[in-house]
Amino acid sequence: MTSYLIREATIGAGDRADIHVSGGVIAEVGVGLSANGATVIDADGLVALPGLVDLHTHLRQPGYEASETVLSGSQAAAAGGFTAVHAMANTFPVADSAGVVDEIYHLGRSAGYVEVRPVGAVTAGLEGTRLAELGAMARSEAAVRVFSDDGKCVSDPLIMRRALEYVRGFDGVIAQHAQDPRLTEGAQANEGAVASELGLTGWPSVAEEAIIARDILLAEHVGSRLHICHLSTAGSVELVRWAKKRGIRVTAEATPHHLLLTDENLRSYDARFKVNPPLRTSEDVQAVREGVADGTIDIIATDHAPHPIESKDCEWAAAAFGMVGLESALSVVQESLVNTGMIDWDDVARILSVTPASIGRVAGQGHSLATGAPGNITLIDPAAASVFTTDRLAGKSGNSPYIGLTLPGRVEWTFFRGRATVSSGTLVPVDEVAA
Amino acid sequence: MKHLLSTADLTKAQAIELLDIAEDMAEVRTREVKKLPTLRGRTVVNLFFEDSTRTRTSFEAAAKRLSADVINFSAKGSSVSKGESLKDTAQTLEAIGADLVVVRHSASGAPQVLAQSGWIHSGVVNAGDGTHEHPTQALLDAFTIRRRIHGSSSRGADLQGLTVLIVGDIVHSRVARSNLWLLTTLGAHVTFAAPATLVPLAIDRWPVDVVHDFDEALAVKPDVVMMLRIQTERMRNAFFPTEREYARLWGLDQDRYRGLKPEALIMHPGPMNRGLEISSEAADSAQATVLEQVANGVSVRMAVLYALSALPDADILGRPE
Amino acid sequence: MDAVLMQAADIDRALTRIAFEIIEGNKGPEGLVLLGIPTRGTPLAARIAAKISAASGGVPVFAGSLDITMYRDDIARNPLRVTRPTDVPSTGIDGTTVVLVDDVLFSGRSIRAALDALSDVGRPTAVRLAVLVDRGHREFPIRADYVGKNIPSARQERVSVDLAEVDGTDRVVIG
Repeated sequence: MTSYLIREATIGAGDRADIHVSGGVIAEVGVGLSANGATVIDADGLVALPGLVDLHTHLRQPGYEASETVLSGSQAAAAGGFTAVHAMANTFPVADSAGVVDEIYHLGRSAGYVEVRPVGAVTAGLEGTRLAELGAMARSEAAVRVFSDDGKCVSDPLIMRRALEYVRGFDGVIAQHAQDPRLTEGAQANEGAVASELGLTGWPSVAEEAIIARDILLAEHVGSRLHICHLSTAGSVELVRWAKKRGIRVTAEATPHHLLLTDENLRSYDARFKVNPPLRTSEDVQAVREGVADGTIDIIATDHAPHPIESKDCEWAAAAFGMVGLESALSVVQESLVNTGMIDWDDVARILSVTPASIGRVAGQGHSLATGAPGNITLIDPAAASVFTTDRLAGKSGNSPYIGLTLPGRVEWTFFRGRATVSSGTLVPVDEVAA
Repeated sequence: MKHLLSTADLTKAQAIELLDIAEDMAEVRTREVKKLPTLRGRTVVNLFFEDSTRTRTSFEAAAKRLSADVINFSAKGSSVSKGESLKDTAQTLEAIGADLVVVRHSASGAPQVLAQSGWIHSGVVNAGDGTHEHPTQALLDAFTIRRRIHGSSSRGADLQGLTVLIVGDIVHSRVARSNLWLLTTLGAHVTFAAPATLVPLAIDRWPVDVVHDFDEALAVKPDVVMMLRIQTERMRNAFFPTEREYARLWGLDQDRYRGLKPEALIMHPGPMNRGLEISSEAADSAQATVLEQVANGVSVRMAVLYALSALPDADILGRPE
Repeated sequence: MDAVLMQAADIDRALTRIAFEIIEGNKGPEGLVLLGIPTRGTPLAARIAAKISAASGGVPVFAGSLDITMYRDDIARNPLRVTRPTDVPSTGIDGTTVVLVDDVLFSGRSIRAALDALSDVGRPTAVRLAVLVDRGHREFPIRADYVGKNIPSARQERVSVDLAEVDGTDRVVIG
């Protein structure tokens, strides 16, 4: 295995240092290290972060391989600076059994770009009526710790309560897609001025907030870990802030798109902006940013949701919900949070690596860049700014809302377990990664 | 003007020009030969993803009176998935050689998607999209109001100072939205009267007053009362309790009709639910414009088809040399 | 450089002469309908009609307009023209002698369109054409019965008629 000497990288928001990567781990961090035959990377001006960890990714395999596969999604992840992703359970068949999660886990291992952590379904078939075999998935080779019906809400309060209680036995967490189904029947866009004008059925904030409020109280009652997926409203931020003050074991994520885009983008009826939960108002965006900055929102997760062209190249109502986000996440976080001065690069390491790894109980990820840590490193050039084009997309689908926007930052190198998956800004071919 | 997607896109000058052209189209109807040669050799496609015999017939009559070839394409009930069918159908029409596509769709924004998509190059007329807009309906309503108010001196006139009350299911009404933008542009003042369940949320920035009591709204004696069709299936989602209650609180019944000022106009986009949102006495009165609206619809649509055919590349209509 | 070819007095004299020629050709003012082609044909028709009426002891002569916008054969090539009202006698034009009035006769395309428009309105006994200026360069077998002034011009030159009713002043300019 090649060893690397990363010279003069800026470690997060801190000092410059050299990083020697060898044997799959960080062999040494220090100043003025000698190359000793290692490949030298001039990292002057680059920021080094622990490899990014996504808690919310749709890899679409098995079942929807036209949109994405474990391999193509892993490549998209590596291109975006990730070294671990959590593959959501809404595949076909649904990842609600040990067999399916193990299959996804092995596909991830053979792809070799990132660590693929399957998420198990909370209820059988995502149908919301009876629990999936949570224990079997936890004890499988994939060792599932995060369970979610994402795409659908676990709306039955009794099922939600039982799930929260049940996973406590193996330190699992329920990641809730908070969406009251009755309040969002036929919903197409954030309920508010824009949806009213465009004649799109409203998706009220309260449909998200009511479920979050209920689940916070349930989590408090049973003393379990609760994770809120893709929180999107100012009210949701308030609720989580209140819960944390009360000491309830709740964590929350926000997506990059809810940090940057608003429902004003819908005026074109361009279905690339159709996503669940919907893009909200600029007031919500500001509240979500502040929630991340003050720690109310623990992590950023992409909700990378690939769709084939025909699912977006159509009228709004017929289009699928979701946008790809792995390749753009870091740039959007830099644009909305770092460049606005709300957080620094240490915070980025925390919200995109350390904390998501901790919520997902992923042992070999989210370590700070110190001697002996696993060789999961992302090097980015924060000074690079460019128009985001489809060239940046490494997955199978092109449904990015950022095409044509100028975004800062660019992933120059990604190391997964000491091996480069992105080299000088270019994705390393599959045969070299798997070798 | 290449497309007509929303009345919000029209300036006052454009709107008045369209209405003025429609005046001349209306005049043609009184002649022995009711047909103009203007769009000879052009093809207008009526692309209706949603049934509407009234609107389709009106556009068809308008196109034929301008000597265009008309192809009626009903895509309803097509077995292909909805998304594929809009794109594929549009490209089929492009291949056939459509010069103008008149689109009716149950999805809000579908005509705009079609106009922006690059799938077709022809002009697009929105003939009603979901709960978004129905621009030609608003134009024919404005035309009808202007003719009733200004008579033979309508040409060039706006609707300055007029008070218009729109009553009923605003939230699901493309007619209400298109009328609000257009009538306001023309200088009228619009009020919505509806139960709170049937008014869109967060419309405080819209140029409209909202009243939740029909009688209170009528007390100011509006110049125009426009009744919207209420669909009884709305009861299922609890927008209102019963037909009886709706008719009692929101119907233009005999008493309310008799309380209008004598010259007030009573409008309805049709089809009417007699005895529900409007009483027969009101609907059949001399103040009612329902049939004029239908007749004027053809003139207004002729004006729109002409305007989009004649100057697709310019932003505004041009005055003759 | 623009040159003024007719002043207000010249225009008035020309219209007076046309009025008398029309009376002569029609053997009196009876059954005459003057239809101007918008924009500037309309006031010209009104002026000629008034002169005919005055010269005939006050017999009313109908002056109206005939819009040809929708009958043009060039709608895709030229900027959109807003339509103008067509104003014909309420009793129709059947059996009348229609005198079409226009400001400038050039290619003849407008007159061709006017003849098409007229045939959709009714069936006059005869149709005549009066123009203030004939500048030549015909593309159709059309000629005017009454001409105020023949102005030989190059095809690329512009001949424009200003009228008080539309432009605030009366004059004919070439440039």
